[in-house]
Amino acid sequence: MTIQIKNGSVDTDISRRGFVAGAAGLTFAFTLGGLGRGGEALGVTQPTKFNAFVSIGADNAITIMCPAAEMGQGVYTSLPLILAEELDADWSKVKTEFAPANPKVYGNPHHLFNGAQITAASVSVPGYFTPLRLAGAQARKVLLDAAAEKWKVPVSELTTDKSMIVHKKSGRKISYGEVVTFAKVPAEPPKIAEADLKKPSQFKLIGRKDIGRKDVPLKVNGTAQYGIDVQVPGMVYASVLESPMEGAKPKDVNVADVMKVKGVSKVIPLPFGVAVFGDTVEATRNGIAALKVTWDTSGAAAAAFDSEKAKADYAAKGQDPNVETKVEYQVGDVKAGLSGAAKTVQAAYWSEHTYHAQMEPMNAVAQVSEDGTSADIWTGTQFGALAGLIIAGILKTTPDKIRIHQQFLGGGYGRRIWPDAAIQATVLSNIIKKPVKLILTREEDMAAARPRPMTHHVLKAGLDAKGNLVGWHHRLVSENVDAVASPPRFKASGGKDYIGSRGLDQAYYAIPNVLAEYTREQRGMRVHAWRGIGSGYNKFAAEAFLDEVAAAAGKDPLAWRLELTKGKPRAQAVIKAVAEMSNFGKKRPGRGMGIAFSDYHDSLSAGVVEVSLDAKTGKIKVHNFWIAVDPGIVIQPDNVHAQLESAVVYGLSAALIEQFAVKDGAVQATNFDSYPVLRMSDMPEIHTKIIATDNPPSGMGEIGVVTVAPAIANAVFQLTGKRLRHVPMTAERVQAALKA
Amino acid sequence: MVATTFTINGKPTTVDVEPDTPLLWVVREHLKLTGTKFGCGSGLCGACTVHIDGKPMRACQISVSKAAGRKVTTIEGLSPTGTHPLQKAWVTEQVPQCGYCQSGQIMQAAALLATNKKPTREQIVAHMDGNICRCGTYPRIVRAIQRAAREA
Repeated sequence: MTIQIKNGSVDTDISRRGFVAGAAGLTFAFTLGGLGRGGEALGVTQPTKFNAFVSIGADNAITIMCPAAEMGQGVYTSLPLILAEELDADWSKVKTEFAPANPKVYGNPHHLFNGAQITAASVSVPGYFTPLRLAGAQARKVLLDAAAEKWKVPVSELTTDKSMIVHKKSGRKISYGEVVTFAKVPAEPPKIAEADLKKPSQFKLIGRKDIGRKDVPLKVNGTAQYGIDVQVPGMVYASVLESPMEGAKPKDVNVADVMKVKGVSKVIPLPFGVAVFGDTVEATRNGIAALKVTWDTSGAAAAAFDSEKAKADYAAKGQDPNVETKVEYQVGDVKAGLSGAAKTVQAAYWSEHTYHAQMEPMNAVAQVSEDGTSADIWTGTQFGALAGLIIAGILKTTPDKIRIHQQFLGGGYGRRIWPDAAIQATVLSNIIKKPVKLILTREEDMAAARPRPMTHHVLKAGLDAKGNLVGWHHRLVSENVDAVASPPRFKASGGKDYIGSRGLDQAYYAIPNVLAEYTREQRGMRVHAWRGIGSGYNKFAAEAFLDEVAAAAGKDPLAWRLELTKGKPRAQAVIKAVAEMSNFGKKRPGRGMGIAFSDYHDSLSAGVVEVSLDAKTGKIKVHNFWIAVDPGIVIQPDNVHAQLESAVVYGLSAALIEQFAVKDGAVQATNFDSYPVLRMSDMPEIHTKIIATDNPPSGMGEIGVVTVAPAIANAVFQLTGKRLRHVPMTAERVQAALKA
Repeated sequence: MVATTFTINGKPTTVDVEPDTPLLWVVREHLKLTGTKFGCGSGLCGACTVHIDGKPMRACQISVSKAAGRKVTTIEGLSPTGTHPLQKAWVTEQVPQCGYCQSGQIMQAAALLATNKKPTREQIVAHMDGNICRCGTYPRIVRAIQRAAREA
C-alpha cells in the first residue's frame, strides 16, 4: 500500500511553531485537589494532563509528562529529571506519564525536527532540555509567588528544596502539595528566561550517579507494559503475511485452505499482504503458516533487485565521473587538492543491509469506532504523531480523532519510526469493525524489514610532499533513506539524504580540500534509519580509510588524528582519553589495536579496540573495547555508561555479523538463525569514560555505535597488514582478505 | 479444544485450548501473564523463558499439553514480592534498557543459581548464551548474576 501522507509532512512542517521562543506559553496544570469542598477527601487527585508537562497533587505527588518514546534509551527518567531539577522537586515523589501524540504541545523543538513529536536521532534530551527546564522553573515560580502572597513576604526571601518552600527568616516551611491547595495558576503564566535557570554547578538531580531509571523496577518483574501486552475487550487477533517488498500485492491466495485452520475466522488479501483473523494468536499463527501466496510484483520496484548482482552497478557508479551527485559537504577545492598532491591513495568500501532486530516484533492494537471516524491505537512507537496523521488520512478524519496510547517499546533503534503496524491494525479493525490485536511473526517482521541500506564508498585522499593531508574525496553510493523515510525533507533538500549521508562530513579534521558527495541508487528497498544512521557506514569507510592514508604518510594512527584535530579541544580530549584508557601505544603480542574518532549530532567520541584473529577460520575475536565520549552536560551518568555499552554491542554486531542479502526484492533471512546477532559469548570487556562538559547535552543513544567498525578494521590491519573494507567483517571476508 | 490442567505460579489452572498451543500464548494471552515475552517463536532468542518443574524452558517450543500436571513458573511467580536476589541485583546494576528480553534473562539466570550457587563467569556466559539482548546489556547481566550469587 502506498501511503499518502496528508495534512502535513513527516518531519519538517507538522509544527513549525518555535517551541523555545514560545516557552512562556507552555502550560502546566496543578491539581487543585483537597480543598475540602463538598467533603472531598484530601489528597485525592486527578492529574490534569491536557497541554501540560507537570501536575502536582495535594498529596505532593508530581506527575511529569514524557513527550518521547521509551525504547531503552532512558528518556522516561531523564526528561522528567530535567524538569524536576528546575522545579526543585522531591524526586521520590515524581511519576512519569507518557504524553499523548500532540506535537503542538509536545513536539521536539530540536532543529532536526522543528517541533515534530518524534523520538529519533538521539535528540530527545538535546531538544527538550531547555523547554523542560523552563516548564519546571515556571511551575516553581507560581508556587513561590503563591507562598509569598500567603505569608506576605517578598518572594526573594524564599528558597526551595525537595518540593518544600522555605522562609528562613521566620523559619516557616510549606510543601508544594500544601501550596497547590490554595495556589491559583495565573491565566498568564510567569515568564522565565534562560538566564533565570540554574547554572550546572547548582544542579541537585542532573548528573547524580545514584538516581536510577524509573522503568527498571517495572522491567524486572514483568509489569512494564509493551504494545504486545495490551488486551482490550472484544478484540480479535490478526497476523499479516507481509508483502515481501514494497508494492507487491497478493495474487493467488489459498483462502479456502487457510479457513479450514481451527480458530481462523477470516483471510483477507490486502494491498500490504494477507491478513489472517482468528479467535486466538495461535490460530492466526497457524493460519499464516498455512498460507500459500503468489505475489503480483508488477508494481514493485524492488522486484528486480538482487543485492549481490547489483554490486557491479554500485561499483561503476562509484567511479563514474559523469554520474549525478549531491554535494553533502565541501571545503576548498578537492580537485585542486588531489591533482596537486605528491601522493594519492584510493580505496573502495562496502556495507550490507542490516535489520533492526528489535526484540518485540511489530504489533499494535487498534479499535476503530463504529462510524469509522475515530480510533484508539495502543502501540509502542517512535512517531505516534505520524501514526495519527496517516491513520487520520486513511479514516478521512482529523488527527485529533486518533488517540495513540503510547506503551513501552521492546526496542526501537529506528524501526519503530515508521508506524506500519499501527496503520495495518487500523485497516484491519476498520474492515471487521472490531478491535484488532495485530502481532507479526518474527519471520514477517523480517520480511517487512526497513533496513539500513547497502552502501558503497569510493574514497580518495591526497598527501603533499611533507605528508600533510591536502585532499579528501568521499563518494557514497546508496539508496536514499530520506526519500523513503522522510519524503518531505527529501523534497525540500532537492534530493539529498540527511539520514543516509550523516557522517560524510569532516567537520573536526583540518583538511583544506574536502568533497563528500552522494550518488543515488533506486532499488525500491524500504531503507530506513538504523541506530547510528549514515554515520554507521560512512564513518566506517572514512575512519578506516584515514588509517590507510596515515600508513601511506608514514604516520601513527593516534598521532595522525591528534594532528588533524588541532584546534578542536573537545575532539582532542576524547581521543587522548581513549588512548590513555587503552594504553594505546603498548604492543600486545598476537593482538591488534585500532582507533577511530567520530562526532554524531554534536556528541563526540573515540574508540579503541583490541582484537585477535583465528587465522584458520578468519574469525575476529574482540577482547576489549574502550570508548570515551563528550555528550555535553550529562543528565544521568550511569545511563550514559549504559548507552555506550549498548551502542558498542550494537556496533560490534553490525561490524562482525549482521547482514542480509536481497533476492528478487525479498529479504533473504527469516529468523535469528539466518540473521544472527551478537550474543554474550562474543562479548569483549567494554570500558567507558565520560568527558562531561558544560556544553548543551547533545545526545547519547547512537554515538557509541559509530567508532566500533572502523576501529576493528584498523586493529586487524595492525595485526595482519591486511585491510578489511567490507562490513560485516565476517570470518569469510577476513579469510579472503588474508589470502589477498 | 481440550481442558488442560497445570500449576502456574503456585495456582492450579485449567485452560481450554487446542492441545498443540504453545505454552507461551496460553500464558500471555489466555492467562494474561504478559511478563513472558514473544521474541522469535523458534526457540532462538530466549525471551519466552519460563520454568517447568524448575527447569528453564522456551515457552514458545512447549505445547500446552506437555505442561499438563506440571509446575510452570513465570517472571510474575519468581518471587511473590518481586524481590528475588536476581531482581534486586538487576535493579542495583540497572540492567534493563528496553527491558523486553529481561524476564527471559532473569528466568534463565534463576535456573542457573538454583543449581549452581557460585557460578564462574564462564559458566554464566555458557548458561546465558541462548538469550539475546538486543540492547546489549550483557555486561550488566553478568554483573547482576555475580552480585545475586554474592548477596543471596
